[in-house]
Amino acid sequence: MHAGETKRDSIAASIAKSRELTLFAVLLVLVGATAAVKPDFLNLQNLRDVLLNVSIIGLLTAGMTIVMLMRHIDLSVASIGGVSAYAVGSLFVMFPHMPVVVAMFAGVGFGLAIGAVNGALVTFGRVPSLVATLSTLYIVRGADYAWVHGGQINATSLPDAFATIATGSLLGVPNLVLIALVVLIALSMYLKQYRGGREHYAIGSNPEAARLAGIRVDRRVMIGFLLSGAIAGLAGVLWLARFGTVDASTAKGIELQVVAAAVVGSVAITGGVGTVAGATLGALVLGVINIALVVLRVSPFWQQAIQGALIVAAITLDTLLARSVARRMMRKRDHG
Amino acid sequence: MAKPDSALSTAKRRHLQWEAMLVIVLVVSLVGGRVLSPMFLSAANLSNMLADFTEIALIALPMTLVIVAAEIDLSVASVLGASSALMGVLWHMGLPMPLVIAIVLVAGTLAGLLNGLVIVRFGLPSLAVTIGTLALFRGLAYVLLGDQAIADFPASYTAFGIDTIANTFLPMPFVLVIVGAIIFTVLLQATPFGRSLYAIGANPTAAQFSGIDVAKTKLRLFMMSGAMAALAGVVYTLRFTSARGDNGEGFELSVIAAVLFGGVSIFGGRGSMIGVLLSLVIIGVLRNALTLADVSSETLTIVTGALLLSSVLIPNLVARWRAAREKRLMAQAL
Repeated sequence: MHAGETKRDSIAASIAKSRELTLFAVLLVLVGATAAVKPDFLNLQNLRDVLLNVSIIGLLTAGMTIVMLMRHIDLSVASIGGVSAYAVGSLFVMFPHMPVVVAMFAGVGFGLAIGAVNGALVTFGRVPSLVATLSTLYIVRGADYAWVHGGQINATSLPDAFATIATGSLLGVPNLVLIALVVLIALSMYLKQYRGGREHYAIGSNPEAARLAGIRVDRRVMIGFLLSGAIAGLAGVLWLARFGTVDASTAKGIELQVVAAAVVGSVAITGGVGTVAGATLGALVLGVINIALVVLRVSPFWQQAIQGALIVAAITLDTLLARSVARRMMRKRDHG
Repeated sequence: MAKPDSALSTAKRRHLQWEAMLVIVLVVSLVGGRVLSPMFLSAANLSNMLADFTEIALIALPMTLVIVAAEIDLSVASVLGASSALMGVLWHMGLPMPLVIAIVLVAGTLAGLLNGLVIVRFGLPSLAVTIGTLALFRGLAYVLLGDQAIADFPASYTAFGIDTIANTFLPMPFVLVIVGAIIFTVLLQATPFGRSLYAIGANPTAAQFSGIDVAKTKLRLFMMSGAMAALAGVVYTLRFTSARGDNGEGFELSVIAAVLFGGVSIFGGRGSMIGVLLSLVIIGVLRNALTLADVSSETLTIVTGALLLSSVLIPNLVARWRAAREKRLMAQAL
């Protein structure tokens, strides 16, 4: 019994790993092919741009992964990020000497608050997450517009110390990327090694079985939305640091990009499957494609079409691959 | 045998309750609109109001069927944009207008076919696939037209977007909505095809075993959705006399909000076209009344979100409260 189970676990683990390896290979091919055509693609400025761009989307994608693992979705992340960016910006206008750490915590706090509302709607209110977060997407963005009223925060209102999040670097790696990396690693460890993290997978694989096994599903779902909200809040702060100028439409519409990155990164929309590493690779692949298309001087009008086609291709291939592996495993079990 | 019957009637009762609630909301918003602004019930305003939700309504009709069958189509607004762009390009190529419109409608149907084929052939979740094609079709719209706008459509056609029927206040495009509403209501509520959608939405496996060709049905659904989105694209282009790649961006969420507010379950299997039609009218009336009352468009966004949320939250909380009360009564009786 035990031996069989661990064997099956290791097979499952190796599949998960191979999916990430596949993505990594795709990434390398992309970079290699672009560099072969345009050797100057591989310069530090491009690398920096990719990393800075992908850090924020990657963070949001990791948050989305936790929610998607449990067969839920959080469409409100872009609205949360937008309102958090503006709120923290206004705090800087009011208190120009606010420490950077306080700004980060404030952003996370805004995100947690909205995440708590999402979580309460889904768990206590029994509202399907798509409906609940679609509603909060509208309400938060609407409140943002009503509050901002055409105003905007400029880089001049932000203290220099805050700007170093995006401009400063440690050993050549931009601070913003380091912050994102720390959060991503922490989330990855939480999902991989902690009981709570594993429970997200159990809930997504089979909610009823998870409940019968004694997992407090509602609590875990609540935590998922809190995490996703908190990350979106932090992403808003990073957005503010990176771009300096924010208004009410900041980050509008990126929720679908985030879901797309997760899906490309092999996070199943049907729950139970996916890793932070995969999701991050998904975000990275999409980010590299964007820069590569710019470098290759593909008309910007083609970029979205190519990206869309790639997303559809990625979902299809991923599912077909997973299915053929599952079939092979079934055959092995039946005959071997 | 008694049990499923009574279950059916509870489901029906719930529907009727929801629709009755929608009617009350509609009356309240009509009265409220009249109080807020004397202009509200003027012919000119009613005409504007109806014209403004033409595209959303045209797309919401097939979307209702799609969601009843427990699928979703997020690519509709992008199909609208791509259709608008295609319309502009074909017109500039010198094709006659009727041919242009015919080609655009066929192209929209093919876009829907592509969605359907990927979803059905590979058994993929429609949410994931149509997020991909949302980007793909919007991208194609930009490929076709870039950031240009084409505005020199013949006046006889753009007039269709603005004129009213004879001497009434009904805008011309509204005829399409009425005809579409009748067709899709009959299709959903009075044909075997419509019944099969409820069956698929409730339990696809059971539907398959009861002899419904689930794959073919879904394929047809997505083709309808694409065709209607293309039609909405044609109407939008004529109404604003402007073919642009970014036309209708973000409409998909408004459409889905309208359908869900109409009482259609996001999990499929439940909902009625009457509810969706009422919901469309309510959202149209509310938006218009609030605009006349000088309420900002931000507030409208908040109202849309709040409506959508309350449509699911309130019945759930009521059910919860009822269950708790019954439990208490039972405990007392013991």
